[in-house]
Amino acid sequence: MVEQSIYPNYPKDLEMVITTSQINFFYGPTQALFDISLRIPAKHVTALIGPSGCGKSTFLRCLNRMNDTIPHSRVEGIISINQKDIYAPGTDVVELRKEVGMVFQKSNPFPKSIFDNVAYGPRIHGEKNPKRLAEIVEQSLQQAAIWDEVKDRLHANAMGLSGGQQQRLCIARALAVGPKILLMDEPASALDPKSTMRIEDLIGELRTNYTIVIVTHNMQQAARVSDYTAFFYEGRLIECDATPKIFTNPRQKQTEDYITGRFG
Amino acid sequence: MNNTADKFILFSLRLITYAIVLVVGYILLDIIKNGAPALNWQFVSTFPRRSGAEGGIFPAIVGTLYLVVGTIAVSLPLGVGGAIYLAEYADQGRFNTLIRLAIITLAGVPSIVFGLFGLGLFVLFCGFGPSILAGSLTLACMVLPTIIVASEESLRAVPKGFRDASLALGATKWEMIRTNILPYSLSGMITGSILGIGRAAGETAPILLTVAAFYLPRLPKSFFDQVMALPYHLYILATQHPEADRIRHMQYGTALVLLLLVLGLSLGAIFIRTHFRKKFRW
Repeated sequence: MVEQSIYPNYPKDLEMVITTSQINFFYGPTQALFDISLRIPAKHVTALIGPSGCGKSTFLRCLNRMNDTIPHSRVEGIISINQKDIYAPGTDVVELRKEVGMVFQKSNPFPKSIFDNVAYGPRIHGEKNPKRLAEIVEQSLQQAAIWDEVKDRLHANAMGLSGGQQQRLCIARALAVGPKILLMDEPASALDPKSTMRIEDLIGELRTNYTIVIVTHNMQQAARVSDYTAFFYEGRLIECDATPKIFTNPRQKQTEDYITGRFG
Repeated sequence: MNNTADKFILFSLRLITYAIVLVVGYILLDIIKNGAPALNWQFVSTFPRRSGAEGGIFPAIVGTLYLVVGTIAVSLPLGVGGAIYLAEYADQGRFNTLIRLAIITLAGVPSIVFGLFGLGLFVLFCGFGPSILAGSLTLACMVLPTIIVASEESLRAVPKGFRDASLALGATKWEMIRTNILPYSLSGMITGSILGIGRAAGETAPILLTVAAFYLPRLPKSFFDQVMALPYHLYILATQHPEADRIRHMQYGTALVLLLLVLGLSLGAIFIRTHFRKKFRW
């Protein structure tokens, strides 16, 4: 099979948590994704790279059905998460999104207190016990490596935090719902180098417990944080492989051109 | 040359702006100058005597307040509900365009037409008779477009990031709206609505046919009673009264009270807005 050559040789015992097969995505009449088939391994970091408009973010947003909110958009193909077709009729999107958290490009804390931001998810899912909520909030903030900075002002408005802190707060907020998978859409692209480094370190820590899919336009970042890298170009998956291999010895010419900076 | 033209345009624009201020200022000063002497406790707290040539305007103030409260109670839930539907749920399709067109048209309907509509539907067809209920419903129809437009704008001003974040955390659409859209847009909705209602409080034509009485010896007891109202009272005093020329102070006094009432509503709206702005910043 010639097609298989764009996929990595995953170790045999690697558990695949997300499987997409032949995904086509349309914004109205415009097709944004063509025939994307990809498997994403559990508890690893998979980076999606490619030039602007290549469909990497669109693909990411298919994985928790955030594209549902776009009018006149349409998905074809099958996306399975934990062996369940997430676009099957009758799928509970709320349950899906509890399982698959998301962090956005622009940090978007709610104009509420730090505590209320993190407690938002658990609260809408019915957690009322104040003690349990406080536990979840602390644990999530710890995991997102921001606890020490905010523990004395949990009830201050989150808008008062710096950009990097806001983004880590958003990660904590996503973790508070208890997801297994974390989708990150260019989470550090609006941050200064130091904050970016903290986010990258955090991704390194989270990979032991979470499956992370990160979209980035920063190739160095992909090289630093990810185990596997998928290269998208013009709505197509060009190649996916172990990150060191993609960056040192890509199989496709287009990948090589992109990572060596010939376009994009 | 260019510089001169620039200066000329700036000068003209300034002049036009000052002219607007001048007109407003003149109206305000005229009303305050002539109305203030009539204003005293007796004027705002007693019933009119000799068809309003003497005495106070107490029942008209109460009547207008009732109408304002009634109008808010009817139009705010309807308008906000409609705005939520339009901003958050409705497809941006042809049907939506039609609804929008209807709202714009509604905003352009002359107030006397609203009065006749209210007379036909609420007073006669529904059998409410001339009453606070019929008047409030009529005024509510009139301010509905203002409220919908203001509320929709205020809903759309909430950043997309909050919506995305809520949904991504597993909120349903209504949970998202309730917890992360409405709290931030409520101040804008209320502000816009109050400004619209303030305008309606001064309308004469709609209440003329649906609620207002020339003179009532007692305050209304229920929503099915008629009331006196400031704009209508002013209209009577200024144009229908046999002694219209000799009771200028009563007319100006009534106008001033009406003005203060509307101004009070606007100030209230501004207060609400600044208060909430401080609470939710982003």
